[in-house]
This record gives sequence, C-alpha cells and structure tokens, in this order.
Amino acid sequence: MKPLTRLHSRTVVLPFENIDTDRIIPARFLTTTERAGLGRVLFNDWRYREDGSENPDFALNKPDAKGAEILVAGHNFGCGSSREHAPWALADYGIRAVLSSEIADIFRSNALKNGVLAVVLAEGEHRWLLEHPGIELTIDVAGSYIELPDGGRFTFELDAFARQCLIEGVDQLGFLLKHADAIVAFERTREAA
Amino acid sequence: MSAAPRTLFEKIWDAHLVAPESASAPAVLYIDLQLVHEVTSPQAFAELRARGLRVRRPDRVLATFDHSTPTLPADASGKRPYATAEAEQQVATLEANAREFGIELHGWDSAHRGIVHVIGPELGATQPGMTIVCGDSHTSTHGAFGALAFGIGTTEVGHVLATQCLLQRKPKTLAIHVEGKLGKGVGAKDLILHIIGRIGVNGGTGHVIEYRGSTIEALSMEERMTVCNMSIEAGARAGLIAPDETTFMWLKGRERVPQGADWDRAVERWRALRSDDGARYDADVYIDATAVKPAVTYGTHPGMVVDLDAMVPAATDAQERRALDYMQLDAGRAIAGTPVDIVFVGSCTNSRLSDLRAAASLLRGRRIASGLRMLVVPGSEQIKRDAEREGLHDVFKAAGAEWREAGCSMCLGMNGDIGKPGQLVVSTSNRNFEGRQGPGVRTVLASPLVAAASALAGRIADPRDVIDADTQEAA
Repeated sequence: MKPLTRLHSRTVVLPFENIDTDRIIPARFLTTTERAGLGRVLFNDWRYREDGSENPDFALNKPDAKGAEILVAGHNFGCGSSREHAPWALADYGIRAVLSSEIADIFRSNALKNGVLAVVLAEGEHRWLLEHPGIELTIDVAGSYIELPDGGRFTFELDAFARQCLIEGVDQLGFLLKHADAIVAFERTREAA
Repeated sequence: MSAAPRTLFEKIWDAHLVAPESASAPAVLYIDLQLVHEVTSPQAFAELRARGLRVRRPDRVLATFDHSTPTLPADASGKRPYATAEAEQQVATLEANAREFGIELHGWDSAHRGIVHVIGPELGATQPGMTIVCGDSHTSTHGAFGALAFGIGTTEVGHVLATQCLLQRKPKTLAIHVEGKLGKGVGAKDLILHIIGRIGVNGGTGHVIEYRGSTIEALSMEERMTVCNMSIEAGARAGLIAPDETTFMWLKGRERVPQGADWDRAVERWRALRSDDGARYDADVYIDATAVKPAVTYGTHPGMVVDLDAMVPAATDAQERRALDYMQLDAGRAIAGTPVDIVFVGSCTNSRLSDLRAAASLLRGRRIASGLRMLVVPGSEQIKRDAEREGLHDVFKAAGAEWREAGCSMCLGMNGDIGKPGQLVVSTSNRNFEGRQGPGVRTVLASPLVAAASALAGRIADPRDVIDADTQEAA
C-alpha cells in the first residue's frame, strides 16, 4: 500500500447523493481475478457514452479535472455492495482522497485499506467544497486537516489506527498476525468450554 | 456483582473478542465462519500465496460460486454458457484455490451449490451466536438466526483466511421494534421496504440493527432472512433477530448442526441469545405493522418506496427529479399500472422455497402477459429440487416463465442475465441502482407476490386483487 501523508491537488466534484458501488464500478467488470487495471472502468456508465467515447459532460472528463486526486462527492458515497473493486478502481485512476458528508461503512473501510483517504466533513464545509469545484486543497493526514488556498482549515476525524496505517503505508494483516498467540489461546478456551 | 443488561449484539461481540479495542487499535474479533464466492476472493487467495500464508482454519470456510455463473444449463457436451471467458476463468480460479487451500467448495457437482447466503443456512452452517463474514454485503442475511453477520472487502477476506480474525471498531446498535399483524398480501419484503423507506438508505450507517417485537417473532425463518438481508440497504453493518423456537425448528437435523445430545446443549446455549430486559440501544425506531401495505420502489435507491395503492411522490430535490427521469415515472400518477417488460423472481432476498411458492400461488393456471419475460431463479440446487418435487417448475413454465439454474442471476446481472436499456424490471432482489440490471434498465423492487401479480397483468399490480378474485371464485 502506497503511504499517504500529505496530498496537494485540485478537487473534482460529483455532487450527487448516494453514489453507489454499481455507479463506481458496474458489476459486469467484477469478473476479473486481479486488483490492477480497474481505473479505466471507474464510473464507466457515466464516463463513457454508448459508443465507447468519453462523455464530455461528466465531471472527471472535463479538461481541468485531469490529474485531480481529491474527489468531493455527495452525501452517502459508496453505499451498496462490499466490492473492494470500487476503491481499487478509484486508486488505480489516481484518486487518493474521497470527501463527503457521509460515507458508507464498508466502502470507507475498504478505501482506507487501499491508501485512499475516505473522510466525512461537517455539512457546511462539505457544501462549501461542493460549491467550489476544482479548488486546490492540501490534505494533511497526520494532522487530520484540509487546508484551503486562503489558509483556512477544515478538520476531520480519522481512526488513529487507520491513520497510522495510511501514513506508514502498511496493510493491517501484519498487525493481526502478531496476535497469533492470543488467537490460539482464544480457540483453546472456547474448545474447553 | 450483577452484570449490566446487554443487547444481543453485545453478547455476541463480547464472546468473540480476542483482544478488546483501544484508542490506538480496533478490536480483534474472532470469526466463526467465512463464506467465500468467486467474485471477491481471488485477490485474497493471491495475497496469501504471495505472503506464503496458509488458510488458518479451512474447517471454518465454506465456498460456492453464484455470481458469475450462467443460469442456463450445460449443453450435451457439458459446456456451460458463461457470459465471458473471464467469468468462466473466475469460477475455475475458485475451484483451484479451494483445492490448493483445502476448503470445502460447493461447485457444479454439489447438490448444495447456490447463492452463498441461501446455502449457508440450508446446510446449517449458519448458527445462532456465530460471527459470520463474507466478501458480500448481503451477509447480513444470516443475522436472521441471531448470528452477527456482515459483509467485508477482499483485503479483509484475506485477513480472515489467514488469521480467522478481523480488526473491527465496535458498531452502535439500533433497535427496530415492529408490533402488529401484517395484512393480507403483505409480506416480509413489504415490511423491510417500508422500514428502509422510513429510516432511509443511510439510516443504519455505523449501526447493527436488531429487529424485535411481535411482528418479527411471528415471521417464518425465511421471512426473517428477507428482512435481515436488506439491512445493508439501510446502510447498517448487520441485522439481527434473536433466535427462538422458529429458529431451532428450522435448523434441527440440518447437515452441519450438532446432533443428538449436542443439539440439546446447543439449543440450551442459544436460548440465552436475546437482549436482556433493560438493555439500551443507541437508537430506537417503532414500526406499526398494520400500516404496512404491499409496496415497491419507484426511484433509484431502495429508500424510494411507495405503497402500491399510492401515487408516485413528487420529487423534493434535484436527486429525486433525476431518479424519476431515469425511471420515466411521473409524480402524481399511480405507481400501479406502470407497464412492465421483465419480471425477475430470485436473489438472496427472495429465492427460497416459500418465495417460489408465493409466486406460484398466483400464477397457477394462468398465463403471464404476452410480450413480458419472466425469469424464476431458485436460490440453490436444493431449492430447485424441492420446488420441482412440488411441481412449481411446471406452474412457472405453464404460465410462460423461464425456470433457471440457481444463482444470483439478474439481481446484479454479472452473468449476462440483464435487461435492455429502458426496459422496466419488477424484481424481487434488493437493489434498484441505476444500471444494476443492465445499462439503462429500470428496476422496481417488489415482493414475490407483487412480482407474480405484475407478471400476469403486464403492469405493476396489486396481488390483493388476484387473491380477492381467487377467493370469490372459490366461494
């Protein structure tokens, strides 16, 4: 997992509420057995027209959205399925942070495990970001704040453990494996009961 | 020292803590059973292989394939009509992984292959008090048995394969109290749609829901599974129902449950799995079951719900206007009577024997509307056999419906079972997202009874009208 400590980027805004995981990556692209390469089908049915050409009206296809690493999305982003293909597709496309006023539980958990910061902002701050697409932001993961061009700051909450994993770029499996003895002891106690 | 009253969720949570959570680290939660399917597991097995890890407890893993599988039978040479070579490869990958890591797989040759959330209970692998996970959000289904069951991502699938544990922050609890008797033609699907319509698609975010009250207690096991299944559509981590005699009767004698004296001891233990009197939830919602009517969705998420005898509600914001545009529905017009192109009966929400019986009860001796296509997809091979033993397949076929092989099918259309752009599908599945059943396809979620009534009429129809006609005829 690529460490994420500080991010400086323009935002790209998808103001729609309840952007579900089928929107992020339609189910027909889930037959892959790989993690890589899903960026090309991110938001597929929004991004491309029926003939396969890019839909120029879609926010990610606008010239000034190219290279943006911060996605500001409407309320309840990532609802629906548990497919980790959703954050895989975002990360592969180049999105490193998703900001919303609410993010679905499983998506958020999956995103944080793939070096994609997924955080919830206060409603007023979220609304302001929705109304200012393309603005340059600096996100400081360790400090849990977003810095605006005028120096103003929006703070966000991030679980201490998830933050540490993001900063160090480590998978949580290593941490779990360190509990091997405790797991064995737990199983023994239960089997004896 | 008297212990503080605990909720059902807290009892299961506490019993599975390998290490409690702290400010700096989540809890290490022991997982009793992991269910595995072909779509969300290949990258997890690859990760294990890359790190030189084994599956820690193969006996606590149960695999099947259901999402990418064709629902048309194999040809004479045994070749199955997969939608793509990649889909076939995905199934083959799970077969290879199961062999390599020593996991029980219910594949093509198993009498129990089927939708992962249907076969877990069917085999008795799902049991009260367990922690159950799967790389699939509808794992909440298993909560119907009083198990703490939730969907996880593929990285976490790997964590559980390698350690039988998961890192979790303790979720909050939400009690949904349902009292009263459900009316004629009103079922579990109508109830859960009503609940999601009430609390919204994010009403359960961060919470585990416990469904309780006289209405819930009166539900059959299969109806309870329908309710818990859609907990995730309200954003909840899981849905739970306390196990009772209904649960024990349903499980007794199944392949993987304890037998003999062990069964009696297990039931004794399971009886303690209920929220203590005085236990507090983080939030409570009260539902009057007598106010629940046959209902369907009219928008593009499962919280946009309307009673069948009501008008399409006016859009209150740009999102809802967009949803109505996509659905090609006009606010202020009756939802009943909307023309239907396809009816799908199936999915982990409504593909069990009672669902098929309900649909067949209206179709018996009748024909579906001309030009309409109806797919009936049983949840498992076992259900398919049971249904055929009762002759339900003949009822469906005589009515003009297609009787298919078990699988997820048109719920998410991964296997090529999809509609054409613009078509309207009345579907007993769980998600009406844009494009879920094919690009441009419009999905209306409904109960098996509403689906069958709509298939007969060729329009969204109220099953109570068909039931009334039957009653008059019988009189």
